[in-house]
Amino acid sequence: MAANKRNATPIKPRRPKAEKPRRVAGAHSASTSLKDRLASWREHHRDSLRDALHRINLSRASSAMTILVIAIALSLPAGLAVLLDNARAITRGWDGNAHLSVFLTMDVQESRQRDLARQWEALDHIQRTKVITREQALAEFQALSGFGDVLEALPDNPLPPLIVVFPDSTDPVTLRDLENHLAAEPGVDLVQLDVEWVRRLHALIELGERLISALTLALAAAVVLVVVNTIRLGIESRRDEIVVVKIVGGTDGFVRRPFLYTGFCFGFGGGLVAVVLVQTALWWLGGPIDELLALYESEQSLTSMAASSLIILPMFSGILGLLGAWLAVGRHLGDIEPNF
Amino acid sequence: MIQFDRVSKRYPNGKDALSKVSFTLPAGQLTFLTGHSGAGKSTLLKLIMMIERPTQGQVLVEGQNLNGFGNRHIPLLRRKIGMVHQNHQLLFDRSVFDNVALPLIIAGYSRADIGKRVRAALDKVGLLDKEKLNPIMLSGGEQQRVGIARAVVNKPPLLLADEPTGNLDPALSEEIMDLFQDFARVGVAVLIATHDLSLIARYNHRLLTLREGRLIHDGDDRDGNGTGDTHGR
Repeated sequence: MAANKRNATPIKPRRPKAEKPRRVAGAHSASTSLKDRLASWREHHRDSLRDALHRINLSRASSAMTILVIAIALSLPAGLAVLLDNARAITRGWDGNAHLSVFLTMDVQESRQRDLARQWEALDHIQRTKVITREQALAEFQALSGFGDVLEALPDNPLPPLIVVFPDSTDPVTLRDLENHLAAEPGVDLVQLDVEWVRRLHALIELGERLISALTLALAAAVVLVVVNTIRLGIESRRDEIVVVKIVGGTDGFVRRPFLYTGFCFGFGGGLVAVVLVQTALWWLGGPIDELLALYESEQSLTSMAASSLIILPMFSGILGLLGAWLAVGRHLGDIEPNF
Repeated sequence: MIQFDRVSKRYPNGKDALSKVSFTLPAGQLTFLTGHSGAGKSTLLKLIMMIERPTQGQVLVEGQNLNGFGNRHIPLLRRKIGMVHQNHQLLFDRSVFDNVALPLIIAGYSRADIGKRVRAALDKVGLLDKEKLNPIMLSGGEQQRVGIARAVVNKPPLLLADEPTGNLDPALSEEIMDLFQDFARVGVAVLIATHDLSLIARYNHRLLTLREGRLIHDGDDRDGNGTGDTHGR
């Protein structure tokens, strides 16, 4: 019936333009002020977060399991990304070491060798050259290889004269041209381009990046699915509560909110544990890796996660959890409607 | 308060739950709704709560046609309706106080206001001293009164009850009925769906009788108790 039929009750005048007033005062129902509602909305957010944490704590064992699954799924790509970052930082200095080893024929004398080196320094794209005579090569080989005694026994020095050429560019085409040009020079036996392996390493690192991206995508999807499943079970176990809330006029947002907070908490918690796992693994690997780096004469040492990642990873994970909760809620909340 | 205008409801399985039902419930009146199970009582309540929508006709609540309401209006409509269930629909993971407070939290009342209103509602149903208990520790009659407190805590203009005395003995039923009559006295439109004929017979209130989806009786005489066919409209 129209509002004016309720003669027994004082009614606040409706706003004239309101076709569907959001809240028509009933028999004695007091309307709530905007300020009250805002405060209450804030309170509900805080209560939802507290409630989410409380429920996670209530089912501690299964919650811990969910958080650990998320953490492990995330620590794998995160840990690999840190290692790859390190590999990139270490190899960055290696480009400058690109050089061509030009082996001369055995009959080239030392003076001729020095002449050639001087001539080549005038060529385009050559920064400098370094002469390694047969005697120097032998001494170096004896010192480093440990085969000194064997070499002593040989009647002749088997090592050819060598000129190391340092190019001023690492452009593959330039290097290839330079290699061909030097190979055609008189007295040159063999030119070896020592930049190949650096390029291969770079290609490998790029491949690693792609693999980590794919892995991240796959495992992020796994995190979302884990949260979807966990929230789905949560919705199922709170079916009665959802029905009651809907009957007494709870909006979909009100029903959704605690689940979204739960999803975010799972994701965020999983991300935090992932940070701990990655840092622990890096600490564990740190000793051997630093040793390995020292053997490669690198002054780098293993760096751990950037400080920003410490918060970015949990936030990213939290957003994945939120997404999972959103999907679960959208999919399953509509199924629960009051009935009697 | 509520107006049904030639309302029909046919379910997807082809069953006609209601056929051209028309009546008006004014504010401040207590009305019984009766009929055999399957006669359409539940469907009628569901249409008021917008759990279902009519196939034909119009349902008006406070003069507003529910056919014009979208899904997002449903929560606001339900806040104007207190609903009492046969099985109470209480939540056993929280206290009596928190059960009753739920509609107020949803409607966005301030915390201080919630405390006052919940205690007023519990006082009205005589359970003020049980607010901290879990409802599972209460008797059936007490649980039903908690359900009633929750239904009326935000002072809705309309109170619906679905078999509210279904599981209670006559003395407890009378207590519950007294409460409903009190609410009607202060201007609430009360609609009680029941097939408890002895309960209906004890009070002289308006009676709507449904049979196979048709309203066959509307009035405060006692012969239209679902078995007679006096008006047969």
